[in-house]
Amino acid sequence: MTLVEKIIARAAGRSSVRAGEIVTVDIDLAFAHDSSGPRRWAPMLEELGVGLWDPDRVAIVSDHYVPAVDAESASILKFTRDFAAAHGVKNFFDMVGICHLVLPEHGLIRPGAVIAGGDSHTPMAGAFGTYAAGYGATDMAAIVATGRTWLSVPKTIRIEWRGAFADGVAAKDVMLFLCRELGLDNAFKAVEYAGPTVEAMGMAERLVLCNMAAELGCETGVVAPDAVTFDYLREIGAPVEDEAGALALASDADARYAARHTFDASALEPQIAAPHSPDRTLPVSGHQGVKIDQAYIGACVGAKIEDLRMAARVLKGRKVAPGTRLLIAPASARTTTEASADGTLHALTQAGAILLPSGCGACAGMGAGLLAEGETCISSTNRNFKGRMGAKSANVYLGSPYSVAAAAVAGHITDPRAMLEGVAP
Amino acid sequence: MSGRAFVFGDNIDTDVMAPGYLMKLPPEELASHCLSAIDPDFARTVQPGDFVVGGQSFGIGSSREQAAVSLKLLGVKAVIARSFARIFWRNAINLGLVCITLDEARHIAADDRLSLDLQVGTLFNHTQDTRYSFAPLPGHLTGMIADGGLIPHLKKRLAAKGEHA
Repeated sequence: MTLVEKIIARAAGRSSVRAGEIVTVDIDLAFAHDSSGPRRWAPMLEELGVGLWDPDRVAIVSDHYVPAVDAESASILKFTRDFAAAHGVKNFFDMVGICHLVLPEHGLIRPGAVIAGGDSHTPMAGAFGTYAAGYGATDMAAIVATGRTWLSVPKTIRIEWRGAFADGVAAKDVMLFLCRELGLDNAFKAVEYAGPTVEAMGMAERLVLCNMAAELGCETGVVAPDAVTFDYLREIGAPVEDEAGALALASDADARYAARHTFDASALEPQIAAPHSPDRTLPVSGHQGVKIDQAYIGACVGAKIEDLRMAARVLKGRKVAPGTRLLIAPASARTTTEASADGTLHALTQAGAILLPSGCGACAGMGAGLLAEGETCISSTNRNFKGRMGAKSANVYLGSPYSVAAAAVAGHITDPRAMLEGVAP
Repeated sequence: MSGRAFVFGDNIDTDVMAPGYLMKLPPEELASHCLSAIDPDFARTVQPGDFVVGGQSFGIGSSREQAAVSLKLLGVKAVIARSFARIFWRNAINLGLVCITLDEARHIAADDRLSLDLQVGTLFNHTQDTRYSFAPLPGHLTGMIADGGLIPHLKKRLAAKGEHA
């Protein structure tokens, strides 16, 4: 069996499952945010005449309408707060960052778990070796009411990376490259990332790979749990009791895959996706010189402490180009604290970056940093669909935090590697 | 009863069906902006019983269910596409919005008149005088559709079993 099949088999109470089978699984953790969660669930739970199946296995994170900018968003946040209190939800995180990062930061993402999230980037949790999939509000209401759902066991695409990245190339470039290589039409499939390059990555970079499984159209993305996973969990005080059991989740040598691909990381250049889809990707030289109005570092995928440090390496001692603005929305309160402690924030703000509140912000089209008609932005976020980040005629390019920072300095899209020469990691 | 086809391409995402910056609006108002970024006239001209036709990965993107809600509120009879994004497909089925996976969707042209027979599993294109067959829904979902969607179905099941959630 594959890693994903093993996780699903356990949750379905079966010794084995095979891709294509429809099974019912018990959910280990269900979560949603202020936009997709309580305000949508409440009327449905009322219609069903039930409460939450297990308040200890339901987490709620307010990250979309934070902080409130008008009476409507304030009222959505208040509703979320009141719902969490009324239903005894202990794992309620109010304005401390984006759900996909806040939950792992608090030790709630455990290897081998089946996780249902009311957001399409739920697969990010697969970096810990979970089956984590996104659901809409009605599916989620049924899940938080019963603790179960059906699924069709996905086929797995295995992607192996070998070799080391050049300085200035990151997991984000891997995913933009894969969006072009594999396209977005991979529904009802899982993607498994493996190989020496992935084994050498820290959790932050693995989170990026799994997050953007959503852009591939996959229902989940996974990395097998290993010493890197266990070290992360130990460090945050949530050690894994059965490490041998977690290691045994790795795909069997004779596992069946829908496809297998191997790529060479050392040959990968920084990648940029053009408007209006993440599969419109080219190496950065293909977009060299595109003038930008705004550079945005934000979102679950692109504003972790590691992302801010990438940007700081480029920005330290430099200035954001006149006529260009650089906005940075750290992915969590913890990110901001860490960035403040280690000098990263200082490097960013000295360069002229504007610091925004932690949350989904402009990525979801809800918070500060939206674009005017005809404006061009380069962003460390995960998707660039038409009208997503504000005006319908705005253009959003996607890149790594290195590429976004380099564009902010130059005022146009440019190869970040040139700005990293001689800069210590 | 036939309806008119509104044809869109590949990768029609949920942001163009339910833009994030409008998500605070009541559902009916949000629906009036559905797909406006790529077809400003769609929400104004689509009539109850009409069809939305897409290419690959229809509904890619955010989990926001309002994408499917908006199409349903506008009276779209069914979405026909070569393939669907998983979350959109589940959302639509849960709400009782018919999604038909049909490779021949690529032959359907804008303004073709279509009619649908869900029982038999055929779609008739009056304009091109062509009949398309499609695979029925997986068996475990037909009961849910018959009950009017996931919540009514679950309500019935909970009542029948006296199940406590």
